[in-house]
Amino acid sequence: MDEIKYNPNVDYGTPGSQSTKQVTLIVDDRQITVPEGVSVMHAAAVAGVMVPKLCATDSLEPFGSCRLCLVEIEGRRGYPASCTTPVAEGLVVHTQTPKLADIRRGTMELYISDHPLDCLTCATNGDCELQDMAGAVGLREVRYGYDGENHLKAAKDETNPYFTFDPSKCIVCSRCVRACEETQGTFALTISGRGFESKVSAGNKDFMDSECVSCGACVQACPTATLIEKTIIEAGTPEHSVTTTCAYCGVGCSFDAEMKGEEVVRMTPSKQGGANHGHSCVKGRFAWGYATHKDRITTPMIRKSISDPWQQVGWDEAISYAASELTRIQKQHGSDAIGGITSSRCTNEEVYVTQKLIRAVFGVNNVDTCARVCHSPTGYGLKQTLGESAGTQTFDSVMYSDVIFIIGSNPTDGHPVFASQMKRRLRDGAKLIIADPREIDLVANTPHVRADYHLKLRPGTNVALVSAISHVIVTEGLVQEDFVKERCEWDSFIAWRDFVAKPENSPEALAAELGIEPETLRAAARLYATGGNAAIYYGLGVTEHSQGSTTVMGIANLAMATANIGREGVGVNPLRGQNNVQGSCDMGSMPHEFPGYRHVADDATRALFESAWGRPLSKEPGLRIPNMLDMALEGGFKALYCVGEDIVQSDPNTQHVTHALENMECVIVQDLFLNETAMFAHVFFPGASFLEKSGTFTNAERRISPVRRVMKPKNGYEDWEVTAKLSEALGYPMQYTHASEIMDEIAALTPTFKGVSFKKLDELGSIQWPCNDEHPEGTPIMHIDEFVRGKGKFFVTQYVPTTEKVNAKFPLILTTGRILSQYNVGAQTRRTKNTAWHQEDLLEIHPHDAEDRGIKEGDWVGISSRAGETVLRAKVTERVQVGVVYTTFHHPESGANVITTDNSDWATNCPEYKVTAVQITRVSQLSDWQKHYKTFSEAQIAFANKKVDAVKVG
Amino acid sequence: MDIQRLIIMANQIGDFYESYPDQSHAQVDIAEHLNKFWALPMRKQIAQYVGEQGGAGLHQQVQVAIKNHLHL
Repeated sequence: MDEIKYNPNVDYGTPGSQSTKQVTLIVDDRQITVPEGVSVMHAAAVAGVMVPKLCATDSLEPFGSCRLCLVEIEGRRGYPASCTTPVAEGLVVHTQTPKLADIRRGTMELYISDHPLDCLTCATNGDCELQDMAGAVGLREVRYGYDGENHLKAAKDETNPYFTFDPSKCIVCSRCVRACEETQGTFALTISGRGFESKVSAGNKDFMDSECVSCGACVQACPTATLIEKTIIEAGTPEHSVTTTCAYCGVGCSFDAEMKGEEVVRMTPSKQGGANHGHSCVKGRFAWGYATHKDRITTPMIRKSISDPWQQVGWDEAISYAASELTRIQKQHGSDAIGGITSSRCTNEEVYVTQKLIRAVFGVNNVDTCARVCHSPTGYGLKQTLGESAGTQTFDSVMYSDVIFIIGSNPTDGHPVFASQMKRRLRDGAKLIIADPREIDLVANTPHVRADYHLKLRPGTNVALVSAISHVIVTEGLVQEDFVKERCEWDSFIAWRDFVAKPENSPEALAAELGIEPETLRAAARLYATGGNAAIYYGLGVTEHSQGSTTVMGIANLAMATANIGREGVGVNPLRGQNNVQGSCDMGSMPHEFPGYRHVADDATRALFESAWGRPLSKEPGLRIPNMLDMALEGGFKALYCVGEDIVQSDPNTQHVTHALENMECVIVQDLFLNETAMFAHVFFPGASFLEKSGTFTNAERRISPVRRVMKPKNGYEDWEVTAKLSEALGYPMQYTHASEIMDEIAALTPTFKGVSFKKLDELGSIQWPCNDEHPEGTPIMHIDEFVRGKGKFFVTQYVPTTEKVNAKFPLILTTGRILSQYNVGAQTRRTKNTAWHQEDLLEIHPHDAEDRGIKEGDWVGISSRAGETVLRAKVTERVQVGVVYTTFHHPESGANVITTDNSDWATNCPEYKVTAVQITRVSQLSDWQKHYKTFSEAQIAFANKKVDAVKVG
Repeated sequence: MDIQRLIIMANQIGDFYESYPDQSHAQVDIAEHLNKFWALPMRKQIAQYVGEQGGAGLHQQVQVAIKNHLHL
């Protein structure tokens, strides 16, 4: 018998099975061997026999309601539903008999008697399972007629900006309800009523007022036109599709861009996506309209001064002008006076050529990336302890976790698709510990999920928390010493053990500092150490502190001490904020490292790159972003090439950033939009969206996924081509003809990428690095037999309280985060209909703090810190603790970073966004900064001579 | 760069290594951190501050690290 291969394009009707036990049966005279546990329907599909179905799809558990998939099984009575009947050894199944045909036709008659007969004008004409099944069962008449009681006049719900719900077309198969439960884990939908009154309901509300998070799982699951994308209604069904990778968060979902010519009409999550397995969130699924938004700038622009209007020019003139300015400035102010910044929104190939330009052509290592302001402590801390600057697991590993410990991360908002997988595991019984100053949804606001322990620590005390947990593990004898002896540096362990065992590191001694009951902390520590496979997931709530790197090392200490590393279900898992945080770091865009995390002072590595690039390279680490800005303020840094990043909105202490940019003589911004940084620029290179270029992104689990061009770049060039043009104008032609050749060069020079190529990515779909001769198809789990550095190294992690302290003038702590519908600085999502969920950033304040200040819901409140002042509307909520306020940073006019300070991580200069001492007062007007911003940004938009909406402030 | 900014940054590094049992090794690690991650102009500036102005306000171990182990 031929080997049977899984075909991702087939809907097997019900899920597969992980069982290693095989079962052989006969379906319609075909012998088939399948894993135990799959359904007869699934087995039939494997054999190429497609049993008619409506309520079944292989992303959902079988339900058995539509009665279309009935089969006959020799030796069994009746007509069992093939979707709910498990395979058994020796079964003989018949899927096509005269009796089954009669039953199916009769069932379809009932469905169609209460269904609009508007197929020719229906949006899913040709892409409708009901239509397909009517054909499959040979439906030729409906004996009941169409005049009986029906649902054909049921009103549509069109409140969601992206899809409609037309109950007149609903067959009540419950696929949408089950998708909301099983796939997404939100439980927003239900079947209300009984019998003829049964209908899909979003909790008796319209979709926008319901709990629906607009992930699209219900739309994906719907077999009819009941739930359908508005773009399909408007544009019709697609005629081809291209698989690519989402350009939003660090989950890195695979999507099929469904096209009509060069127009995207729908993005559907790819079933074979290694990170998302066919699931999506509101951003990746629906919020791609920014790529064709009218605010896009597609023509290069130059100007002498930021007080001048922009002049639209051709590419040659813009490139030539930028090159001449960079050359002039280096001659005038020295080679160190220029540098560049890449973005985690860039592809790997773009980051690589940019850092190559800066190192080989600018002749300096002044290249940094926006990971500086998010996960640079992860790179540092994990390299020090484990030997590699990356997370240790796959996302799928969570399905083997017994204990999930989330520190400073809000997965349901920041990494929603992975959060859905995590929620599945939690619903199946994994224990949950959450350390967060704020009550994130997973604490107690997620259906069928409740944290076993919420360690509601005070902002800025992460290291104390990790020390206290470590204290419990060490002093209560919970260390896995055999593992430590075999896998780790024993001396470093002893130093760490002796340190954390000190009385001052006990939960009792640190209780006041942490704000956590010692017994609660002790119980959580015991659970982490003894609860089975325990995995730590963390985010920017760990890294964006003055001790961010210390906490990362402390987390690695915990994993090593408890042997929770090196296998499925455990590990240290940094949840990266943006799509290519991991990749931008991998590609050498840190000022001290070449691609593959090799220091610039390493002679052998430098010689390798000098030989390949044909230019001498500096052995000195370059300037980090904050160093560049500090140097600019002092007049020593004069030109910046900023690719895809918006430091004015995203970096701390906005005034500091803008003053530094004002001090530069040439700021070159390459972006889709006139972003906040571009308002201080002298050259604007229009960028290409992820739909308009080829390349790769690397997600939080080290998964390299292909980004495929589905339309021509509206600006004329892919972004790497723009960088190459600038390089050529500076006398260093880059001889690439396609992004794949850049990856080939990366592979040739970077051991962890040695086996990576576009060809292999086409074959495998995605690859988790390291990918080399030893692991030609990648490495899902790291550090299995030994750590990358050899022996794991423990570090003593002394808690040093932040210098950003509350006092009488600034008595509250501001901490920041993000929201599901918006992405980072919002440049993309603010230009989509996602604004329906989040029109403005709000300040969350506890009712007690609000009452003390006479603040009510919706009031304008002034937020003042040692750095500045801004004004937002108040949201009074107990999600934040007394003494702590919280906001997001998705809108530039909010000025969230006007108030954050220059404090930063000791090892990496990652800003301390999460701790700012503030005072909150009721106000009646915008802050001075916001008034200035409104005037300035309106003038800058006018300078660009574009018909863009005025930026609204207030 | 503003020397006060460099002092703050250097002292933060000193704070991290303060709890290390072997302080002579900590001095080497402090210097190694500066050598690996600080650009040469920044290293020169902090070394000059220690050499010419006595390093006032700098963590004691950081001063020793800069004097004995910094690459310039």
